[in-house]
Amino acid sequence: MPSRLLLATRKGLFLCPEGAEGWRLGRPAFLGEPVSAVLADPRDGMLYAALRHGHFGPKLHRSADGGESWTEIATPALPATPDVEKAPAVDMIWTLAAGGAEEPGVIWAGTLPAALFRSADRGVSWSLVQSLWEVPERAEWFGGGYDQPGLHSVLVDPRDPRRLAVAISCGGVWTSGDGGASWQLGGTGLRAEYMPPDRADDRAIQDPHLIAHCAAAPDVIWCQHHNGIFRSIDRGAHFTAVEAPAPSRFGFAVAAHPREKDTAWFVPAVKDECRVPVEGRLVVTRTRDGGRSLEVLSAGLPADSYDLIYRHALAVDGTGRRLVMGSTTGNLWASENGGENWRLLAGHLPPIAAVAFAPG
Amino acid sequence: MARIEFTPNLRRHIASPPAEVPGATVRQALDAVFAGNPRLRAYLLDEHGRLRKHVTVFINGKAIADRVGLTDALTAEDEVIVFQALSGG
Repeated sequence: MPSRLLLATRKGLFLCPEGAEGWRLGRPAFLGEPVSAVLADPRDGMLYAALRHGHFGPKLHRSADGGESWTEIATPALPATPDVEKAPAVDMIWTLAAGGAEEPGVIWAGTLPAALFRSADRGVSWSLVQSLWEVPERAEWFGGGYDQPGLHSVLVDPRDPRRLAVAISCGGVWTSGDGGASWQLGGTGLRAEYMPPDRADDRAIQDPHLIAHCAAAPDVIWCQHHNGIFRSIDRGAHFTAVEAPAPSRFGFAVAAHPREKDTAWFVPAVKDECRVPVEGRLVVTRTRDGGRSLEVLSAGLPADSYDLIYRHALAVDGTGRRLVMGSTTGNLWASENGGENWRLLAGHLPPIAAVAFAPG
Repeated sequence: MARIEFTPNLRRHIASPPAEVPGATVRQALDAVFAGNPRLRAYLLDEHGRLRKHVTVFINGKAIADRVGLTDALTAEDEVIVFQALSGG
């Protein structure tokens, strides 16, 4: 089945169909506009693109014809507060996720500042998930990378769409079993080395850079955290550290194999302020044994690189064989064999925020 | 009625022709514009009605003082220009 690549970049959204010659980049939609998130809804084929206009605020667009035409739809908005000067406002839509198969039209959005929104009508209207907005621990959250905390990961359990897991930088991993009516703070076992020692285990201020689950075994959640790689087998309640001796345990991206619960991919980098490949060698690491060991995969990747792969810029398709990743310096690579070999698809793109596969 | 015009950079996102609008304050003048062009509101103001950080409003060449309440006074002879601040890249 042919597929397409969706590339959310600093200068527009590339919709890349697959032809006999490989992926075709074409001209981007929204040329010149930063695209912060993209979603291809597998249930109805709708495409969603979140823009972060430099001057004119966050916006959301939807396409019903595969990206031929776009319609601006509602943007999530935060509620008023008594002090209007201090009222938080949505700055960016950081992630979009489709609801369950049995709830067509339900879309989730995670934002900066950290909030979760739900739409039941394909983005025509949005509701803030008040229950998460009002957890007392929100007062402890703080920004990681951005000035404000942000919600960047929404996992909907394919077995039961009421079971949700979200992740916040820096606000930890939260789970719900009732569609977002109530939330439990998960993340036992995550460790924050950027905090005073006696607060390193505080679950409410952890910085999970991204969480990803195995679609066939969604109790398995992988976490690329600011201070390492972690794995949960109970849908985010508890995590166990994965030892990643080389080249680094720092990174942003993680992709979980859709069928093999013990397989996941990461892209390590020099930690904290530097954020470049270790010794200039861009590599992908892969575990196929549940995190007991990590292989370093570098065939086809540069050895003199300054590429950083953002948290949403590594994706695996439904086969688990095909991967794509894009970098902050506008390079795009794909692998057809589970990451063993990589091929540069484009080298002069705008900075890439997110990549996704979609049906052709 | 005050005359209000908008940065040309808005046009690639949304129609925003100049307008002659009633209103004793910047808020009232903008609300009069938004009444006929509701989608424009979210391009200039955030969800709390504050001027977006990188949008500026000038009255006869002078930047407004109240970016939150938009209470700066207008007269029928005033010329209002809505600009974007210089930023981006």
